[in-house]
Amino acid sequence: MATTVIPFGPQHPVLPEPVHLTLKVEDEIVKEAIPALGYVHRGLEKLAEIRDYHQMITVCERVCGICSMIHGTCYSQSIEELMGIEVPARAEMLRVIWSELHRMHSHLLWLGLFADAFGFEALFMQFWKVRERIMDINEATAGSRVIVSVNIIGGVRTDLSPDQLRWILSELEIVEKEVREMQDTIMNDYSVKARTVGVGYMSKDDAYILGAAGPTLRGSGVASDMRMLGYGAYSELDFEPVIETSGDCWARSAVRFREVGQSIDLVRQAISKLPEGDLAAKVKGNPPEGEVYMRVEQPRGECVYYIRGNGTKHLDRLRIRTPTFANIPPLLHMLPGCELADVPVIVLAIDPCISCTER
Amino acid sequence: MQGKIIDVTIDNIVGEVMNMKNDGQRFVTFSTYQEGEGKIGILYHFDKDYEDTHLRLVADMDKPIPSVSGVYFAALLVENEIRDQWDVKFDGLVLDFNRTLYLDPEVTQVPLVSNVKIAPKK
Repeated sequence: MATTVIPFGPQHPVLPEPVHLTLKVEDEIVKEAIPALGYVHRGLEKLAEIRDYHQMITVCERVCGICSMIHGTCYSQSIEELMGIEVPARAEMLRVIWSELHRMHSHLLWLGLFADAFGFEALFMQFWKVRERIMDINEATAGSRVIVSVNIIGGVRTDLSPDQLRWILSELEIVEKEVREMQDTIMNDYSVKARTVGVGYMSKDDAYILGAAGPTLRGSGVASDMRMLGYGAYSELDFEPVIETSGDCWARSAVRFREVGQSIDLVRQAISKLPEGDLAAKVKGNPPEGEVYMRVEQPRGECVYYIRGNGTKHLDRLRIRTPTFANIPPLLHMLPGCELADVPVIVLAIDPCISCTER
Repeated sequence: MQGKIIDVTIDNIVGEVMNMKNDGQRFVTFSTYQEGEGKIGILYHFDKDYEDTHLRLVADMDKPIPSVSGVYFAALLVENEIRDQWDVKFDGLVLDFNRTLYLDPEVTQVPLVSNVKIAPKK
């Protein structure tokens, strides 16, 4: 059988960001996939040498728009641990609220894109219509729809008033109702299942050993969710990792769909337990010498920050490992053996964010 | 830093990583930093049941480091990234981008090492 080499990307209708895959194909079956990155490499880690540790929050929030709140939280937590700062309980809980709002709008965005990838444009529009409510909450509470910029070292810069909290709860009731109305379409529809069930299969052992992260890992049955570490205020909330066991594209979409409901529940819990108190601790001086390794759960999965202080206002080293970076080796494992027509669905199923990957 | 830290050398790094795999540890990532003049520090991060273990390797930048991508396939990306950013070579990489994972071949500045120039790729 003759081998055909097909270039997939870096510009492709299904890819919101540029990544190139060289696909070696025999009779419409993918035999090998080799990635090429570097189209959006920004060198953000290097900026830690010339921006002080307060300014770096702004940089970290821009590693990824969709996960900006959680990047800011992870970076802030790293500095706070290095400096021994105790964040007020109210600020920790407010971070949870905005983080879960980010998870919701990220998953709703992805579910829409995923539906669009296999031709369901109406479903795409429906998911994005629901997502608009979350974006409106972000805009009304933080002043911007995507990069909310509420984190500062020591806490948060913005509070939520009782009226805003009541409004968030009423909006989430509508979101929950509208998402539930789409449940059958994404989880039980014949056409969706035909394009996703058994497609891009990865076993539990493979997902674990290949270092997969987030819904890609949990869709293969591994109960790993960094929120279970109890960072911030998550230790005060009651939840379990969402897992599916079929290990295919359907399982990954089901995990994300169910996590929207989980996030709604977490926001409700956080609002009900929101304590009174300060928004931020006072921060004095520079980060001391030392190193911190911090992990948080973003919508796409586990995100890792490693920082190294040298006693000045600049960090010696800032290293960011984003979840898409972790999910590329599993993608290279999933693609061989699949049909060429399934490549867009499998690639999208890991929720690739190339700007995050390359930083 | 939370978790157990084990110091390793270039002679036993592959064996120690293999021990991690046999112990059922999940590969997370590596972190790098400059450890004095001409030396690189690499932390190999692993996770098992939310418990962290880190292997710390301090090595010369101008000597190749044994790749662990044969043990954990996922290490190939991060080793290629280190190759790009620090100009450190890895022996036995399963897929070697030869310093062009992120960088264009004509780049001559090593991004994370100040004032170090390298020859462009042919």
